[in-house]
Amino acid sequence: MIIVFCELKDGRLRKPSAESLSEARRLADSGGLQVAALFAGASCIGSEEAARYGADLILQAEAPALAAYSSDGFAALLADAVQARRASILLAAGTAMGKDVAPRVAARLGAGYAADVTGLSLAGGRLQATRPMFAGKAFADCEFTSPIQVATTRPNVFPVAESPRPLVQEALPAPAGDFKAVVKELLAKSAGKVDLTEADVIVSGGRGMKEGANFKLLEDLADALGGVVGASRAAVDAGWGIPHAMQVGQTGKVVSPSLYIACGISGAIQHVAGMSGSKVIVAINKDPEAPIFRIATYGIVGDLFEIVPLLTASLRGQH
Amino acid sequence: MKILVALKQVPDTETKIKVAADGKSLDATDVKWITSPYDEMAMEEALRIKESRGAEVVAISVGEDRTRELLRNALALGADAAVLIRSAEAGDPLAVARILADFARDKSFDLILLGHTGFGGDHGAVGPMLAELLGVAQAHVVTRLELGEDTFRAEREAEGGFERIEGSLPAVITAQRGLNEPRYPSLKGIIGAKKKPIEELEAGPIESTIRVSTLTLPPARPEGRKLEGSAAVQAESLIQLLRNEAKVI
Ligand SMILES: Cc1cc2nc3c(=O)[nH]c(=O)nc-3n(C[C@H](O)[C@H](O)[C@H](O)COP(=O)(O)OP(=O)(O)OC[C@H]3O[C@@H](n4cnc5c(N)ncnc54)[C@H](O)[C@@H]3O)c2cc1C
Ligand SMILES: Nc1ncnc2c1ncn2[C@@H]1O[C@H](COP(=O)(O)O)[C@@H](O)[C@H]1O
Repeated sequence: MIIVFCELKDGRLRKPSAESLSEARRLADSGGLQVAALFAGASCIGSEEAARYGADLILQAEAPALAAYSSDGFAALLADAVQARRASILLAAGTAMGKDVAPRVAARLGAGYAADVTGLSLAGGRLQATRPMFAGKAFADCEFTSPIQVATTRPNVFPVAESPRPLVQEALPAPAGDFKAVVKELLAKSAGKVDLTEADVIVSGGRGMKEGANFKLLEDLADALGGVVGASRAAVDAGWGIPHAMQVGQTGKVVSPSLYIACGISGAIQHVAGMSGSKVIVAINKDPEAPIFRIATYGIVGDLFEIVPLLTASLRGQH
Repeated sequence: MKILVALKQVPDTETKIKVAADGKSLDATDVKWITSPYDEMAMEEALRIKESRGAEVVAISVGEDRTRELLRNALALGADAAVLIRSAEAGDPLAVARILADFARDKSFDLILLGHTGFGGDHGAVGPMLAELLGVAQAHVVTRLELGEDTFRAEREAEGGFERIEGSLPAVITAQRGLNEPRYPSLKGIIGAKKKPIEELEAGPIESTIRVSTLTLPPARPEGRKLEGSAAVQAESLIQLLRNEAKVI
């Protein structure tokens, strides 16, 4: 059995979890395995959606003690489920929560762990994983040697595929709740905005933006495209009030959107490491020799302060 | 208070990656080795705690001969002791976590600080694994840390915001950018470090759970296209290309 740890948000299955589930279904079909989707929280309303993406079984751990996330609490719950069901594979989406809990569960189970995988297959019943290393400058094919295998899937890489199954739900025993560390609150939440790592369109600004207030131009363009705004490290470090959470690159977020628009970004190796997995890259830079043009699908040599508003206006249908 | 800081020696972030003849590891010729960037923040945090409330800081690295240089630097920064555990790079974060756990167990560290991810391996795993193996609390990808008597409060990056975590000590905390700005060693520190010993241990036999079978470079991106014409024409043709050719909007 493959167990997929799934996350809900506002009663809906999160997209990165739908991606993990879809990939689990594909793997399970290739190896004659079952897929169980595991949910944990104060409420698991919305978890039925997992059946749509191929879950044969939906495991629900519903308890007040699970209302707030706890690394040790969730890890114990997941490890118990893997053992109770004799699952051989545990997948989670490579989200903040997935990357927090999956390695901890792996240690508890003595299982090998592959982080942020971009490709999975089964060989002789065991998982094989392809994953980026050196911030995407190389890719490693990995073989597991442990009986249980754990992996997190990189968001935006695996396609979501519907493969409806009849709804079968089962409750998991609730944990006691004497956890060692617990999330108490979520601060400075930018409501409604998706995280950079999950965004389908990213408009990023660099030192060429000149000052923080000019990022409004990028927000307008991002809004017109249904995307979010990112930044280079130079922009984050410039003291323009741009939070590090927006930084793309080796010491920021590694992103793989369909469309990445780099505005006033030169294309330093550490920046490129974070975004070269984007399907389409657009570079807007006034220096025709900027290295970013070497990896850009479409390049515009020009002044971003002129080009960006034109793009926004054109998208909004005003000429 | 006793603090353990785990530091990994990694290739400089500017390194151009070349695959070695074995087809599965990094060609280390010409590689410049540095302390993984987030580990410097873990070290800095330990030093700040030492300065503000007093602590014994032990720096540890699982590595090879050249890793002594990293530990020498940790001593120069202000670590009280340094430990090198010899083991070849296995590419298995659980193997590293087990070696660190074997060392830390029974030594009653109140706090264990690591980077959230070691550059290169990019696992982001040793911290949470170590916390589990030692049966202690964890806060992963932390941008702010406050210690109480035997409790901690941390802020960690999560989708769309920050999570505030509260837990009990001992704990494993992994550092993210924003936690602090690492210092450079002082001349006095560098001279003093020459006299401090680096304890060297051999790792016991490690059972691997995962290994790299091939390492490949990503395919080069196809040569891009530079658009032509006035700003307005370029903007318009970009939108058309994104819609009709690339089909991403
Ligand atoms: C250990 C380490 C880790 C790092 N991690 C990261 C990371 O995660 N992410 C990251 O981004 N960087 C990272 N860096 C920094 C990286 O090396 C570069 O310094 C940084 O990416 C440069 O940012 P930039 O492209 O915005 O600025 P610059 O390199 O200064 O480029 C600005 C560009 O804007 C263009 N420009 C200026 N005005 C205009 C205009 N009006 N219209 C159009 N174009 C204009 C210029 O031609 C220039 O190409 C790291 C560095 C180190 C050492
Ligand atoms: N060989 C090692 N020696 C000491 N610490 C390590 C080693 N490998 C990883 N770590 C620590 O674990 C953190 C996370 O590493 P990783 O899970 O490999 O991304 C690093 O930032 C280090 O603090």
